[in-house]
Amino acid sequence: MLAYIVRRLLYAIPILLGVNLFTFVLFFGVNSPDDIARMQLGAKYASAEAIARWKTERGYDKPMFYNPAQNGVAKVADTLFVDKSLRMFTFDFGRADDGHDIAREIRLRMGPSLAVALPTFLLSLTAAIVLALLLVFFRATALDFWGVVICVAMMSISSMFYIIGGQWLVSKMWALVPISGYAGGLDMARFLGLPVLIGVVAGLGSSTRWYRTIFLEEISRDYVRTARAKGLSELAVLFRHVLKNALIPILTGVVVVIPSLFLGSLLMESFFAVPGLGSYTIDAIRGQDFAVVRSMVFIGSVMYIVGLVLTDISYTVVDPRVRLG
Amino acid sequence: MTILPVLLPTDALVFVLMLAAVAVAVQAARHAPSREAWRRVGQRPVAMASATILLVFAAIGFLDSLHYREQLPGQGEATQKAVYSSEVLSALDAVLTPLRVQTEKTYSAPFARELFQRETVEQPDGGQARIYPRLVYGAAHLQADEAMWPDLLHRLAWTPLAALLMAGALLLALAGHVAYHGRMPFSVALRRIVSGQTALAWRAVLLVVFLAALLIAAGVALAPHYHVLGTDKVGQDVLYLSLKSIRTGLVIGTLTTLIMLPFAVALGIAAGYLGGWVDDAIQYVYTVLNSIPSVLLIAASVLMMQVMIDSHSNWFDTAAQRADARLLALCAILGITSWTGLCRLLRGETLKLRELDYVQAARAFGASTAAILRRHVLPNVMHIVLITVVLDFSSLVLAEAVLSYVGIGVDPTTISFGTMINMARAELAREPVVWWSLAAAFVFMLVLVLAANLLADAVRDAFDPRRAR
Amino acid sequence: MFRRALSRISCRHVAARVRFFACAALLVAACDPTPNDPYPASERGQNILYSAFTERPKHLDPVQSFVEDEATFLYQIVEPPLQYHYLKRPYALAPGVAARMPTVRYFDAAGRELKDASAPEKVAKSVVEIAIRPGVRWQPHPAFARDENGAPRYFALTAADLEDIYSPWDFRHFGSRELVANDFIYEIKRLANPRLHSPIFELMAEYLPGLKTLYAQLTEEAKKRPDEWMNLDAFPLDGVEEVDRHTYRITLKGLYPQFLYWLSMPFFGPMPPEVDRFYSQPGMAERNLSIDAWPPGTGPYMLVENNPNARMTMAKNPNFHPDTYPCEGAPGDAEAGLLADCGKPLPFIDKMVFTRERETIPYWNKFLQGYYDAAGISSDNFDQAVSVGGQGEVTLSDDMAARGIVLLTSVAPSTFYLGFNMRDPLVGAQDAAPAQRERARLLRQAISVALDVEEYISIFLNGRGVPAMQPISPGIFGAREGEAGINPVVYEWRDGRAQRRGMVEAKRLLAEAGWPNGRDAKTGEPLIVNLDSTSEGMGSKATVDWLAKQFRALGVQFVVRSTDWNRFQDKILQGNAQLFFMGWNADYPDPENLLFLLYGPQAKAGTQGNNSANYVNPEYDRLFDRMKVMPDGAARQQIIDRMVNILRHDAPWVFWLHPKAYSLQHGWVKNRKPGAMVRNGLKYQRIDVAAREQARREWNRPVRWPLVLAAVALVIFVFPAIRFWRRHESATARDA
Repeated sequence: MLAYIVRRLLYAIPILLGVNLFTFVLFFGVNSPDDIARMQLGAKYASAEAIARWKTERGYDKPMFYNPAQNGVAKVADTLFVDKSLRMFTFDFGRADDGHDIAREIRLRMGPSLAVALPTFLLSLTAAIVLALLLVFFRATALDFWGVVICVAMMSISSMFYIIGGQWLVSKMWALVPISGYAGGLDMARFLGLPVLIGVVAGLGSSTRWYRTIFLEEISRDYVRTARAKGLSELAVLFRHVLKNALIPILTGVVVVIPSLFLGSLLMESFFAVPGLGSYTIDAIRGQDFAVVRSMVFIGSVMYIVGLVLTDISYTVVDPRVRLG
Repeated sequence: MTILPVLLPTDALVFVLMLAAVAVAVQAARHAPSREAWRRVGQRPVAMASATILLVFAAIGFLDSLHYREQLPGQGEATQKAVYSSEVLSALDAVLTPLRVQTEKTYSAPFARELFQRETVEQPDGGQARIYPRLVYGAAHLQADEAMWPDLLHRLAWTPLAALLMAGALLLALAGHVAYHGRMPFSVALRRIVSGQTALAWRAVLLVVFLAALLIAAGVALAPHYHVLGTDKVGQDVLYLSLKSIRTGLVIGTLTTLIMLPFAVALGIAAGYLGGWVDDAIQYVYTVLNSIPSVLLIAASVLMMQVMIDSHSNWFDTAAQRADARLLALCAILGITSWTGLCRLLRGETLKLRELDYVQAARAFGASTAAILRRHVLPNVMHIVLITVVLDFSSLVLAEAVLSYVGIGVDPTTISFGTMINMARAELAREPVVWWSLAAAFVFMLVLVLAANLLADAVRDAFDPRRAR
Repeated sequence: MFRRALSRISCRHVAARVRFFACAALLVAACDPTPNDPYPASERGQNILYSAFTERPKHLDPVQSFVEDEATFLYQIVEPPLQYHYLKRPYALAPGVAARMPTVRYFDAAGRELKDASAPEKVAKSVVEIAIRPGVRWQPHPAFARDENGAPRYFALTAADLEDIYSPWDFRHFGSRELVANDFIYEIKRLANPRLHSPIFELMAEYLPGLKTLYAQLTEEAKKRPDEWMNLDAFPLDGVEEVDRHTYRITLKGLYPQFLYWLSMPFFGPMPPEVDRFYSQPGMAERNLSIDAWPPGTGPYMLVENNPNARMTMAKNPNFHPDTYPCEGAPGDAEAGLLADCGKPLPFIDKMVFTRERETIPYWNKFLQGYYDAAGISSDNFDQAVSVGGQGEVTLSDDMAARGIVLLTSVAPSTFYLGFNMRDPLVGAQDAAPAQRERARLLRQAISVALDVEEYISIFLNGRGVPAMQPISPGIFGAREGEAGINPVVYEWRDGRAQRRGMVEAKRLLAEAGWPNGRDAKTGEPLIVNLDSTSEGMGSKATVDWLAKQFRALGVQFVVRSTDWNRFQDKILQGNAQLFFMGWNADYPDPENLLFLLYGPQAKAGTQGNNSANYVNPEYDRLFDRMKVMPDGAARQQIIDRMVNILRHDAPWVFWLHPKAYSLQHGWVKNRKPGAMVRNGLKYQRIDVAAREQARREWNRPVRWPLVLAAVALVIFVFPAIRFWRRHESATARDA
């Protein structure tokens, strides 16, 4: 298994390289270093000299991929691409275009993001699985039919409506929770209640329906019939056998997102003023802070790959027959 | 008035899409298993109802895709050649002319006769008063103290009849069709349709048609005289905005898939069938794209597209063309980020198909690779393509709203659900609340996406071999 | 077996977590009188001001910061020599940390002192001498901390010492010292520090050429020792000298009367070399420990929490020098109760908490719920608060007034304009043949007349602006009021107020320009004008729709070329734009800072100046050169009038509007007076804490039945599930 993991991680290197190259080309296609400088210096009194000075100081004055002014390896090494993109492989993210330290920012913001994303993730997982099992239990009845219709209706509503409506109802009309904000410690519960609730509700429709189909597929297999024949109650069959055997498809969809949880949700964090990585990213996109977006892309890709590896490992945990080789 | 037809790129693609749909339909009708599958779809009342709703939406979107420019009124004898307005309109705009041009000053509630905000106006006697001013167009025909209900009832009186006539006509036509194909007497066919015993769920279609006709008739009766869904911040009719949003939603939901389809299919099948380094390369590309968080990928690409569009402003004669280019670019970008899933599915399926006997046999007989792919592989993965297309549609419509919020959606001048929500989201914080723009966007979007989802469900159940019962 | 146990533990864990959150939320909501209070319970009833900020402050280093959002913080912390009087209008400079107003002396080229500056061309240099108050002490800071031997305690820190330290308040020892003249000199030198990119460096170097020399020296030095502290004390700055411990002298090239305004900004505030040295130690920057994040000051407040993502907190500076509330103000201030606290010691408020709000909906709602003491109505989402009358007068909406909310308005010293690119062949034609030029001029005037700014203000700003008659905003010297102040091209004076000439006049001008009804008189080609904009603000869909409507009424085809901010900047810089919206916030209340936006040598294209319209008129430029150095008075007014008339005739801008700064405050906030120039006003404000507590409780009565409903539903739903689970578990046990 160790060998497998090492191999997978090695395989990640060309992928991350591709990601870096892709985003680098994309972003410097958008913003020349001059643009970045002007953006940071502000429009007032930003002279050509000031821009040139800024670029030199931040290392944006180098050529992109090939530096003919240097000798030997430095021809390739002393370039923007190596300097700004490849350095990230050592998890050295450098400074954002406005000067703050990205790594520190990420460390600070991970917590709040997780505080929202993790409960949302766990609760929606539990709620969706329980509801799906319930629907399967009542399959082919009116309850099942209307349950599915409600699920489809719920997934047909844009998440923007859930957020806007939820804030309006719970915080404004009912005055039950603060409308936005974040605090550490015990106060956290007050702030997180609403975003977590909305997050769970917004995703409930599609995930319940998705688990329902998985369970339905599982329930038509032979072993279920055997179990029923053994005299086990329907509920016991569902929870003991079906749930366990449906774990592989569930894990396929679920485990891969776990590492990315700490990247947070763009919408939620922005609307609820949670100082997490999601709002960090959205700020960076709106402010066109290339350094930050580049780092977030890189981390996102790393987390995705880690998620894939974790998925494979999780298979071996739930099903001993699976061997990684 | 002379007009100059304008063919925007998305229009062209919409027409291509419609041709493709017709081609697929013809193909499906000839091909027995898929005819059978479609029949399974048609048996479901929900699916038939959804399909009808989608057809209504599609008709609106189609009308909105017939663009033209009006000729400017002549300048007396000085005119040598026709000069056209820089404003690009569509057939839908022409139909909705009263809604489009009857703009108020600012917010007004549905069916209101006054503005939503009080204003200080000068009285004839020179004094000033703070009142809610009357709307310029909305309910302008009513006297100051005239009640609205009698007028509404009066105007709506003919609408149920019209809807009934419409549905009745359709019923007779359907009955004729059923009678002819089922070789049964007309009256029996009629009874079967009404009692819902036909092979295809025609009764649901009739019901939807009746409801839609009722709504449309009510709209025709009322919209020129009232702002049925109110007006927005700059006084535009919300009903007009909602109807115009439909095309944007449909275009994003369908063209995105249309654009990515050739790549996904070609690459997926190639990777699965050819294997070797081709497989490696294709897998590499889609793993790279897949591993970038999609919002960031979209953001970066949209920003880049914008730069390209902006730096070549001479490519576009009119603002509509620019906006259209941006819409198309957005579709392409969403396509780039979403083709990987389909590609992977197709690769897996092709891997399986490659090992099947008849494919092996074809290869043994020396059939060319292209022929094998076209004859044996492609037809057998089409159900996956179809399922993906219908499933992606609704998520793409929903994604547009979120992207517009992040600021990387359609051009701000394009009317879409996203821009509507984005403009309206602060209105809930007002006191008293301005709810109608948001509610209109909500309802229209819900109906569209819900119908699409329900149809997608039926299609998946009918076409997915694993679900075939 | 092991796996089973593991899964059970994690399930219990999840369940416990869920229960914890649910219970905590329920409990809080059930017992708390105001469960939607976003602040910790411990802060209730305290003398704390609550406010919000929307943009993350990027720079708090006084030589770098040049953004309004940052000023909110910086001006409370750093005390420059001068300040604007809190109450007096028009704005008047008053001593800040300076003991008295600076003296200015003038010398001619031969070094002879001149009696005054009445002959500007003779003045070769002006010498400004500033005396600061003695006995002023710095806020507590670890950089001043000394050990038992009196040596600086924290000047040889290693990475290990900085473990667990993320703010200067994490150190154990603090110190202070008296403010001296050299602290101000040190800051002026920092303007030339190549590592800092001060935005005003080039501007100041024109009058203080020594900065350029210093910049060159420091660049050398920075190269030699890349990561080390540069002791600026070791580098003399030509033109700035210390007279004694509390006095320093600045020698300016030529005459620059506006310099005193700059002395009221933190660029010329004090900076102790110790702090600069302290933050230059290795490991500091990585922890975001820098002047840029933790500016030191002698002001009424000091920064105690810097979390630009969520919260900025400032607390009273214990070392703040004695300062009292002013006893005289502008007419009307006494009636408004603004003089009630005359002579009382400042500051009143103990602590100020600024919370980051990204979205306007929560921001606005929290204000209405009483959780923010004040809110600027800067965004157009806030327009529900006020209603505008026919004449543009503004009142608070009825239910707001009923809550005791107070509306404060003042015209900001800003100007907002729709510029015509004078190099554009259609609308500018500045370098074309006279006939062509005249045509373009009439077209510009026609557009100026046609665009109904009043309607724009009423729809989009809900009255938060006054239509501009010329570049100078009301309240700044040079702007005339009433009939004398109207732009006769666009307005006429009827019934005692300015009234727009209307579309008929606009069409007449358009026809005169050769486009009757928007069609070229000769060819019949329609006239198409292009607006270059970004997709936000003035480029937003609603605004663009409105503009299109206006142009349609004029008969002109209107096209928006929207783009992103960078591209827009590029177009402006290269002079490729046609019509564009721009704004300018005056740095100081002097007409020079607004009229220079149309000064020929400032033309944006080519020189990157601030004249975005690229307007050049030699007569105007000559008058500007004279006006610039004149003292306020009738002579200056006369020249300004001539300049303004030239602008109205040439119409290089559609004078759009001067934004009105609107801000709302709750009734419990006292002593708030609007005024965009007065940025250090928080020290004067006072809060009636008891009234606030009561209002909050009244406005935030929670509706509890949904909670009960949810609890009941949960019980109905979960209880059978739990029972089943128990049974199932025991069944399993029997099974196994």
